[in-house]
Amino acid sequence: MRTEDYLALDFKDRMILDPQSRREFLKRLGGGIFVFVSLGDWTVAQEAGRQRGGRQGGPSDFNAFLRIGEDGRVTGFTGKIEMGQGPITSLAQMLAEELDTPLDTVEMVMGDTERCPWDMGTFGSMTTRSFGPALLAAAAEARTILMELAAEALQVPQEWLVTKDGVIFDGRNKDLRRTYGELAKGKKIERHLQGKPTLKDVARYTVVGKPLLRRDGRDKVTGKAQYAGDLREPGMLYARLLRPPAHGAKLKNVDTALAKTIAGVQVVQDGDLVAVLHEFPDVAEAALAEVKAEFDLPATGVDDKTIFDHLLKTNPQGRAVAEGGDLSEGRKLASKTFERTYLNSYVAHAAMETHSALAKVEGDKATIWASTQNPFGAQSEIAQAIGLPANNVRVITPFVGGGFGGKTRNTQAVEAARLSKAVGKPVQVVWSRAEEFFYDTFRPAAIVKINSGIDAAGKVVLWDYDVLYAGERGAAQFYALPNHRTTARPSGRQGGGGGHPFATGAWRAPGNNTNTFARESQIDIMAAAAGLDPVEFRLKNLNDPRMIRVLKAAAERFGWTPAKAPSKRGYGVACGMDAGTWVAMIIEVEVDAKKGTTQVKRVVCAQDMGLVVNPEGAKIQLEGCVTMGMGYALTEEVHFKDGKVLDTNFDTYELPRFSWVPKIETVLIDAKDSPPQGGGEPAIILMGAVIANAIYDRTAARLFQLPMTPERVLAAIQKA
Amino acid sequence: MTESISFKLNDKPVRLYVDGDRTLLWVLRTDFGLTGTKFGCGEGHCGACTVLLNGVAVRSCLQKVNDVRDKEVVTIEGLAKEGKLHPVQKAFMEHDGLQCGFCTPGMVLTAVGLLKTNPTPTREQIIRGMEQNLCRCGAHTRIIDAIQTAAAEMKGVR
Repeated sequence: MRTEDYLALDFKDRMILDPQSRREFLKRLGGGIFVFVSLGDWTVAQEAGRQRGGRQGGPSDFNAFLRIGEDGRVTGFTGKIEMGQGPITSLAQMLAEELDTPLDTVEMVMGDTERCPWDMGTFGSMTTRSFGPALLAAAAEARTILMELAAEALQVPQEWLVTKDGVIFDGRNKDLRRTYGELAKGKKIERHLQGKPTLKDVARYTVVGKPLLRRDGRDKVTGKAQYAGDLREPGMLYARLLRPPAHGAKLKNVDTALAKTIAGVQVVQDGDLVAVLHEFPDVAEAALAEVKAEFDLPATGVDDKTIFDHLLKTNPQGRAVAEGGDLSEGRKLASKTFERTYLNSYVAHAAMETHSALAKVEGDKATIWASTQNPFGAQSEIAQAIGLPANNVRVITPFVGGGFGGKTRNTQAVEAARLSKAVGKPVQVVWSRAEEFFYDTFRPAAIVKINSGIDAAGKVVLWDYDVLYAGERGAAQFYALPNHRTTARPSGRQGGGGGHPFATGAWRAPGNNTNTFARESQIDIMAAAAGLDPVEFRLKNLNDPRMIRVLKAAAERFGWTPAKAPSKRGYGVACGMDAGTWVAMIIEVEVDAKKGTTQVKRVVCAQDMGLVVNPEGAKIQLEGCVTMGMGYALTEEVHFKDGKVLDTNFDTYELPRFSWVPKIETVLIDAKDSPPQGGGEPAIILMGAVIANAIYDRTAARLFQLPMTPERVLAAIQKA
Repeated sequence: MTESISFKLNDKPVRLYVDGDRTLLWVLRTDFGLTGTKFGCGEGHCGACTVLLNGVAVRSCLQKVNDVRDKEVVTIEGLAKEGKLHPVQKAFMEHDGLQCGFCTPGMVLTAVGLLKTNPTPTREQIIRGMEQNLCRCGAHTRIIDAIQTAAAEMKGVR
């Protein structure tokens, strides 16, 4: 595949506002108090740290801001989007806390390129941990401004003033008071935050850290919540596009004559872009069936069985991402060594909402409503595709029906924009499920090779780890190992020609699912060989206090009693780190030794994610990770051959269902003094290993490939 | 062939001049603008497009408009009466039985249909009744809890 087919896991952070458009941006905002925060100074350190390319020039401008309106209402503006993980609730909660204002006076404006400052996208569990602190800083600064204004208005020294429920009053005489709205009235104050403001003491928090149900709940249970495919514009046409049967297929010829005979159908042909449009989507669909096309098909000979040999052949150059001690010394010390290879298949994002967009291109202006995780990325892609300056393209993100890393490529938004430009009318593109599978940027298939060893006392003395195609995230281990090396080979983008047969990209906790599956399986194998209980073995080889704490917390809640695996109990253990969060899990499974099916019965998960902004939200994310993670662990695998994606719907691509769901118990470690970390991804990384380890504990069969389908489980049982 | 088709939609009689072979899902979403009924897979695998047809949960992507002639269709928009949420809707909110919300209308209506046939379901029966509805965010446990709560609140009323 080509370099550009691979979706980077890391996105370059850059500002696109030139001084003039910045002035226009500010003009649109109206009156009130505004605080701007530039993430470049301190808060974005984590986001910036992830970038390979580094920050691209650009003015040191703002990335986050909030407004206190003349009605006292607080609005936070962010380029982040809401796709189910709940920032629309947790970010508002943070604003209300820092500003001492009722939660119902706070709203979030999200993912609109005209009203929100530039943002690189919503992924990597960065919204709370990176953007959150910036928003808190803006709120703290706004409170300072309000205090200054109140001190002047009331002729009272600032130190006597108290903020509560959107009001500032004199602590000695409560009749001397001003609401935030009164203070903001008639003002246009712009303040750019300089340096780090003094934040409210966490001990005084009353809103953050309290369970809170989602604010978008009512709209979502009544059908009022709108997604990109739900929007309508007068004169709008629905488009269906001609698709190649396989990746790498070339259009030879196309005949649209028959489709054109259907009343009301419009046909657009612009190079490889062939579309039929109609005022009803089902008529457009029927018209597409009348389009006759011939393609030259590739014969790659690669399918989902041969892919690993194929990937090994390309064997891209790796680099050591972690190293310590001396491997040859480790080999000498080891009394037992273990050489194992782990495989992981391509997995689809399979969000319930397929890629959707509505585009309205009029003259030199375009507005596109899109299901996207990166509206600003979509803006530049669309601008380039239809030949407009980026400032003339507005991308608005309504509710997004699930993303998981899959809605970052924006192909559907570009298609809608090109078609709208071509027909001079608003055009909606909603992909079918088959298109969704075909154009998904799958989690890459990957291979991990580990050579490790233990000494007679059960200490791991050798760890040589080599990962191909999964990527670096979660590759470097966190155990206290004296002699270790972790080599990571590129995940696909730099993998070069002949690697993946289709586009791959970030999938909820990219790379870490594969790396954690391999590492924690290998740890379990060594524990069993050492004759030690898997919890005890891990504790023996750990010295990270936060990892020890989560593992002990999980064991305590589970009611763990030590035993060497396989104990026949069906218990599995795994630990991991992702998005700044420490996580440990213990589960119980039942395995049907005749059918090879696995049922997860109970899950206990302990997580240390620093300050927990919305504990209920964090629990929900954790449960979501467990449930979604059972899919890649047990059934999810993209079937393909010669560039054809054979899965076109949920009949062959099996997602987790209600009957799969175990009892899930969560333990959130109280770590208020540490900054908030990611919660949307960490727990999912454990699901492969924890289930593999539990299957081993139950059956003595060791699985080395995900997903652990009944066929693979039966084969492993036979081998055991 | 365009023909006149009448049915009851969210408690109101409606008449449509339409090709009776058109899919109910698209007619609801386009002709009636009722976009709470979602397109998820188009082949009846996911349940996002579920509506009630004479009180029974069905997949509107598998129904023709002809199939609902003279029948009663309820979509998610018609479930709350005079602004008062149905107990199932309320319970979904209280239990946070949703994340991205895209599968939610279908989940809610499937649950309402389930409680109509079995007003006092066990946890096992709820799981079986919801098994063919897909949620990718993983809100399953909370959806089950929500349906249990709603059933308790409805006290066996269908």
